[in-house]
Amino acid sequence: MSGSEKINVEVSKIIPLNNLVTRFEFKRIDGELFPTFSGGAHTIVEMKDGGIIRRNPYSLMSDPMDQHSYAISVRRDDEGRGGSLFMHNSLQVGDDMVLSYPVNLFSLDLRAKKHLMIAGGIGITPFMAQIKQLDRSQGNWELHYSARSPSLSAYADELLTMHPNNVHMYYDSENKSIDLENLLDGQPLGTHLYICGPKGMIDWAVGQAVNLGWPSEAIHYEEFLAPKPGKPFQVMLLASDKLVSVGENESLLEAIEREGVDAPYLCRGGACGQCETTVIESDGEFIHMDHWLEDEEKLSRKKIMPCVSRFDGKTLVLDR
Amino acid sequence: MTIQFNDETFRGDYTFKNSGWALKRFPFPFHEDSYMYSVNMEQHKGGPAGSIYEKRFDVDEHYLSEMRDRAEVLKEDPLRCQSLPNMTLAGWDLLELIMVSKSEDYPDMFELQRKGDKWRWINKPMEIDDSFTFLDEATLPYGPMEYITRQTQGDFVVLDQRDENLWMDAGMVTTQADWSLDFDIGMNFFEWHAPVPKAHEMGIFVRALKFLLNVQQGAPARRLNWTMTVNPLLDTSPENYHKWGTQKRTVTADNIGEKQFLRVELQTFFRLPRSNALVFPIRCYLASFNDLMTVPKWGRRLHRVIRDLPEELATYKGFIDNRPMMLDYLSKFDDGKPTSNGIWPDRETEPLRD
Repeated sequence: MSGSEKINVEVSKIIPLNNLVTRFEFKRIDGELFPTFSGGAHTIVEMKDGGIIRRNPYSLMSDPMDQHSYAISVRRDDEGRGGSLFMHNSLQVGDDMVLSYPVNLFSLDLRAKKHLMIAGGIGITPFMAQIKQLDRSQGNWELHYSARSPSLSAYADELLTMHPNNVHMYYDSENKSIDLENLLDGQPLGTHLYICGPKGMIDWAVGQAVNLGWPSEAIHYEEFLAPKPGKPFQVMLLASDKLVSVGENESLLEAIEREGVDAPYLCRGGACGQCETTVIESDGEFIHMDHWLEDEEKLSRKKIMPCVSRFDGKTLVLDR
Repeated sequence: MTIQFNDETFRGDYTFKNSGWALKRFPFPFHEDSYMYSVNMEQHKGGPAGSIYEKRFDVDEHYLSEMRDRAEVLKEDPLRCQSLPNMTLAGWDLLELIMVSKSEDYPDMFELQRKGDKWRWINKPMEIDDSFTFLDEATLPYGPMEYITRQTQGDFVVLDQRDENLWMDAGMVTTQADWSLDFDIGMNFFEWHAPVPKAHEMGIFVRALKFLLNVQQGAPARRLNWTMTVNPLLDTSPENYHKWGTQKRTVTADNIGEKQFLRVELQTFFRLPRSNALVFPIRCYLASFNDLMTVPKWGRRLHRVIRDLPEELATYKGFIDNRPMMLDYLSKFDDGKPTSNGIWPDRETEPLRD
């Protein structure tokens, strides 16, 4: 079976936080407790959007110790394929949904003497749960959170009120940005760096840390990679003997699932490697979007990650 | 209580024995007439009623005696239980997993009462009734991992997951097949498996690691492993090799049936939710050759497996010298008839003696 174990829930609260970000809370339908989780974990939210099932990953940002509800925060993406728009525009309190068990691809390294967190925009969400986890164990942490403006900085007020000494805010609207070089330079030995935000921010922060000689084991990041819309294309699934059309607003993985083919997945964001699929034949251009395949694997034209990557060309035949 | 616990020893006079019930549910590890490594994993989600697969943490008639033996080993060598500082949360995870599982699976023996972080744990067979504060180490007599694994059969290895690898950063290891936690502590998956022959070339470990890194919350996995042990000795550790290694030479054609034991490990894997670590319980089951031969299918199959096992494996598993004597014994129980697939005795055609 693909994915992880499932939990049937209903939407218990919908709380708009600002113009772009809304918080959704869920209760279990069977009245049981939710599984505990580790800070940084995500859940796959299944959305029944008309005739299609969307599955998007969102960081769990409630208290990992709270087994009565789960919470996520969703940023509306008007240019996206529609998952966040469905969450924002269609979802009502009381609606039934399916969540996956938590999966953590961005977990804290508990050997760290100090946890240095760099958040950009909606990238704040996994840190919300990590901070709650670290607070309970008297962990040493510091958050540097950059957002477009005070009105678009979800949870900044809550964080500043509860942790005035650990939280540092940076607003584009005030022309303030993180002085990363100095920040990294002044860290005690045994500090681990965590980055979550847009791709540009991750590349910049990881690059700085590497240049300053930080060991790769001490650098952790999670990029919120949503499958991007793209030109429709056709794919032949050889093992299932099916010719599938991938629409503009669906991912290759979603199209495979729509045809009833059970394909493996976990993160649906190009990071975990579970959906790696062998390419049998291709004539055209691969649009690799994942973090999983090495550059030479991408050039080899032998592998594709269908959760985020696409294809533009005449023929694509997969071993699925 | 539903289980009658044996009063028995795993050292000295070796009074360990299996009842008919224990033998019936013994996890015979060979599903066909030959053996080679494989990543033979399956989901750990119950199994046939009464089998060792049924519960998340199997409790059997050897429980109290095994726990006494563990306490003895720890008294002589406290380094059999270690936990690096980053693994304390994983220890609480393990304590929670075992207490919740055992109280749900064996309500007649174990009870867990929880009011917020105030917990009360009752272990009736061991006559333990402790109240403590969850996540507060000062309220338990030992660290959380040591506390609960002094009350649970099987060894426990707790693996930290980071840098796309698993790290042996904690464990309780007193019933091991000749490996040492004190030696392996802090090693990663490839480092501690370095001594295993053949499997590296076969790519077994790369595939096994990939599988284990993806073991998910709520979806534990399991496999069987096996070796041979002379006398029903749980603590076959490198630290004590000078005590037990020589016992291999005490086997004779006359006593091999009672002295030679097939040692089977039920290995399970659970993702630990609060720490994202992985726990690897290794539960040891022993059965003497004499007992195994009461199941005709097992007699035929064990002979064929031991006869055809590659030399490197017989050496690695430590019985190459005694193999000819084993085969002399086992061949008498192999009439050459075909065997059915799977590990279970053929109950329809060859009923077990009760």
